[in-house]
Amino acid sequence: MLVNEFLLLGAFLFSTGVYGVLVRRNAVLVLMSVELILNAVNINLVAFALRDGGVEGQVFALFVIAVAAAEVGVGLALVLLIYRNRRSIALDELSQMKG
Amino acid sequence: MVAQNIAFGVIAAVMAVGAVRVVTTRNVFHAALWLVLVLAGAAAQYILLAAEFVAVTQILVYVGAVVVLFLFGTMLTRARIGGESELSSRHWSMGLLTALLLAGTLAGVLIGTFHAEKLPTPAGSTPTQVVSDSIFSTYLIPFWLLSIVLLAALVGAIVLARRD
Repeated sequence: MLVNEFLLLGAFLFSTGVYGVLVRRNAVLVLMSVELILNAVNINLVAFALRDGGVEGQVFALFVIAVAAAEVGVGLALVLLIYRNRRSIALDELSQMKG
Repeated sequence: MVAQNIAFGVIAAVMAVGAVRVVTTRNVFHAALWLVLVLAGAAAQYILLAAEFVAVTQILVYVGAVVVLFLFGTMLTRARIGGESELSSRHWSMGLLTALLLAGTLAGVLIGTFHAEKLPTPAGSTPTQVVSDSIFSTYLIPFWLLSIVLLAALVGAIVLARRD
């Protein structure tokens, strides 16, 4: 297996996630795209752990997984609150804080 | 090694299709189910990379908890199950351009840096003991801080989502 196989897969997932974050209007779908980005990073970390023969990459990947779980919890709570107040989670309608 | 390369190719193709469907499908539920495919594929890649503990954690935390949270979030915000046409912005072409530029740049840099460097053949999977020794010695302080982050996120999510 080549190092680049995994890194290119990670790069593809990352770009797909960025596309989703930029294009999606639904807040839940944007959070899903963020998960794609975090997974791309994790694949890179684990691939580099094998390449360098250490275990640090795997430890970092575990930390990223834990932070991602916390992020989704708070993110969905925010989405729920926005829905309760506005009856909509379309992100381009949230322009109250625009100057 | 050939078997591993074939396995990588098949799983990577499935993940790529799944990822593209997550960001293009017109149904929030389908997006969550495609996301399961991508996350399970990532777990399979971790096994190929000899990181079994990370793979199991990925299944437990992502497929077991995060996707369920997503499904609950979708249901509580009452996204129409039959499919919505307005899930994506009208300016999707700019997003596509950005993503393509980003992917091209990343691919160019990666190929220019690593060429055809091979990964070492893993001698069996990494023992979980080694991973946990590292977490509970070298990375003990980050681990504690992470526990506090999780606690704060838990309390924050409850405070935000409760009605009163």
